This record gives sequence, C-alpha cells and structure tokens, in this order.
Amino acid sequence: MTRDNPDETLNPRDYSWHPDALTPLYKSSLKRSPQAPLLSFPQTLSEQTSPVFGHTQLGELDNNLIQNYAQSGQSAIGPRIVVHGRVLDENGRGVSGALIEVWQANAGGRYRHKNEGYIAPLDPNFGGCGRMISASDGSYHFTTIQPGPYPWPNGGNDWRPAHIHFSIFSHSFAQRLITQMYFEGDPHINLCPIVGTLKSQAAIDALTARLDMQRTIAMDSRAYKFDLVIRGHTQTYFENQKDGH
Amino acid sequence: MSRGTELKESPSQTAGPYVHIGCTPNVAGLSMYDGDLGASMKTGPVLGQEITISGIVYDGNGAPVTDAMIEIWQPDAAGLFASANETRGVADPNFTGWGRCPSDPASGAFSFDTVKPGAVPMPDGHMQAPHITVWIVARGINIGLQTRLYFEDEADANQSDPLLKSITDKARIATLIAKRQSEFGFQFDIHLQGPAETVFLEI
Repeated sequence: MTRDNPDETLNPRDYSWHPDALTPLYKSSLKRSPQAPLLSFPQTLSEQTSPVFGHTQLGELDNNLIQNYAQSGQSAIGPRIVVHGRVLDENGRGVSGALIEVWQANAGGRYRHKNEGYIAPLDPNFGGCGRMISASDGSYHFTTIQPGPYPWPNGGNDWRPAHIHFSIFSHSFAQRLITQMYFEGDPHINLCPIVGTLKSQAAIDALTARLDMQRTIAMDSRAYKFDLVIRGHTQTYFENQKDGH
Repeated sequence: MSRGTELKESPSQTAGPYVHIGCTPNVAGLSMYDGDLGASMKTGPVLGQEITISGIVYDGNGAPVTDAMIEIWQPDAAGLFASANETRGVADPNFTGWGRCPSDPASGAFSFDTVKPGAVPMPDGHMQAPHITVWIVARGINIGLQTRLYFEDEADANQSDPLLKSITDKARIATLIAKRQSEFGFQFDIHLQGPAETVFLEI
C-alpha cells in the first residue's frame, strides 16, 4: 500500500526569503508572532490537495472593481487602471485555474469597513474587492481604480504606500498565499514598516507592479503588470508532468 | 528529486486588518457576489458524522484576535478529498472539504459546520489520525500560519500519528487536539504566542 508519488511534492518554502513572524517595527506582529520554531513535516495528501474553484462560481463583474459595487450608470472615482500578469510556479510555468481574490482602499485611501476611521470619504460606487480565476496560460487581469496611500496607527505617522491585497489558491493547499502589490515609483514603499518586513530589495521588487504601456487602453486606463509566483513542484515533477495539469 | 526553481515564490505580506473585505465581503457588510466562498462546506446531504468546530484565536496577551480569517481543508468521512489532485477515488459530491470563517468582530469566535474527516495515509502508506488542515491569517501575521486539528475522541489513532509523534515537547501535543464539548461539538482554540502557543507547521 505504498503511495510513492513524488509528482505532487512541492519545493520546501524558503522561509529565509519571506518576512519573519516577529518584525518589531511592524508593531502588530509583537503579540501575534509564534515564538517556537515551525514544526517541519513531510507533505501528505492533506497539503497536496486543494479545493476546486470554477468559473461558474464567479460573476461577470467580479474582476471589475470600477463597476462591481457601482450603482447603475455610475462608476468608482479614481485613476482607472488594469492590473494584469500571470500566476507562475517556481519553475516558471503558468498556473491555470488559480483563484485570485483582491481587496483595496478607494482612491482616497479609505476602506469600506466599519473599523476604518480615516477622514477620507467613502466612494458610494466602490466596494473594494474583486476575484478571478487564472486562464490556461496562468494569465489574469482585473480593472480597478488606483488606491490611495493612507495613514495608520503604528509609529505615530506611518503611511501605507498605495497597495492591493492578493489572496491566491492553486492546486495544493500548501501553495496558499496572501501578499500585497505595490506601485512602481511610490516614495512610500521604502518608508513603510510592513514593506520593511521584507528582507531584501529583490523581495520588494517582486511585489512592485510596473507600468505597462503595452496594455494601456488608450483614452481609458493605464495598466500595471504584476506576476504572482507560487510554490512549484520538485524537478522530477517538472520533467515528467503532463501538459494541462 | 532536486529542487527545481527558476523563480522565487512571491514573498508573503500580512493580510492586514481588512482581509474580510476581500475574502468574506458579505460578512464585512458588502453585499457582493452570490454569497461568500467557503461559507458552507455542505451542498446537500453529506455522508458521515456531522460535527461543529468552534474556537477563538488568541494573541500573546491572551486577547481574542477579532480580525483573523480561518480556513480549514479536510477530506470527507471516507478520507477522500474533493480535489483535482485526489486520485484514490471520488469524494462525497455534497461536501467541499473547504471552509472559510472570519473571526467574530466582537468575540473573536469562529465556527465550522463540517463532517468528521476520515483517515488519510502518509505517502509511505502509514495511516495518519483523522485531522483537518487549518490556516490562519490576520493583521500582524506576516505569513499565513498552518496547523492541524486532531480529535480528542481519537486517542488511539492520535497515539500512532506520525506528526503528533514528531512533536518533541509532548506537552505541546495538546495544542493540536480539539476538545469534545458535546456529542457533535469540538472546541479548538488557537494561541499565536505564549505558554499555550499552538504548534505551527512548515510543510
């Protein structure tokens, strides 16, 4: 009854590349960071499987944040942008069928949330969330307005750079990931304690979307390109795997 | 098997205080989509024993974490996953195996109506005790925390479970065992830090 199937084995996660749990300049981590080392354990089916999401679960406007909360005939206020890119695994292969969920503040830097107290006004036509499933080549895109930077109570006068939160599901639960996307050229990036949890400029660059004039829609929207990379399978899998997985 | 990597995984960033906007918008007060994904794990009559799992995530001060999101992933009562990667059989078509619950904004409580999972083998064939994969994100958590929920009423299976046996500080095993509160109700609290800190996994 040996199940010897290395095909589904994922590369170990490189924790030296991700933020540490305890990052004192980001004060919320002080009491929310485990202190014991993580327990390493081999992957089993519990981690190599993942729920299935289908296009039938999604609505036509789910990936259009300008319209998906707007009243009829209206639209959200702010700089119109398209965010696009690919979901790739660490081997550089496009990942199809990944569920991407996004959420963000409005153009004034305000979230639609009852705990949010920032003075900037709500936009009645902007909810701030969207979702989509990656295509066969791993590509995805959504339409939104560029969120504004906003202040937050961390060090007295900290400001978040403009950012969009991303949540990703792929084919193994062990690939589950939440991260944030920043915008090229934002001077707040290098001042932010949450960005500061990243350990290298390369890690910051990996989360910084680039202006992409090729995908800009003339007289309509600018475009930003942002690729997401999830854990890949071991090399054995890469060499042997079937197309279309 | 060698590590095949050309790209680095996207580095994690905290889900922040407003993860509920993105992942459970209807709970967050936005009437969006056709309900929240993961709100129900059952799409019809399910096989096996239906149970409820309840808990609270606590921080290092012992305070409830009220802005967390908890996800669980598990097989059906027969030990089969409703997943494209499940090759051993076909899972209960009325059971998704995946649940997502925001912690209550006042009390921090979360709960899942699910079924008692069947046992699943290790890749080497060794049987594991019935368990549920648990994933936690919140403001202040820089990378999602993964753990497992085992069951108090599976003492024999727990005794021989490879993961539980690998925990060297035996006192910490209890942090992964859901306590039976009623015939079909289990309590599973998660402690991010402190003397009762939950065992979290690198897996």
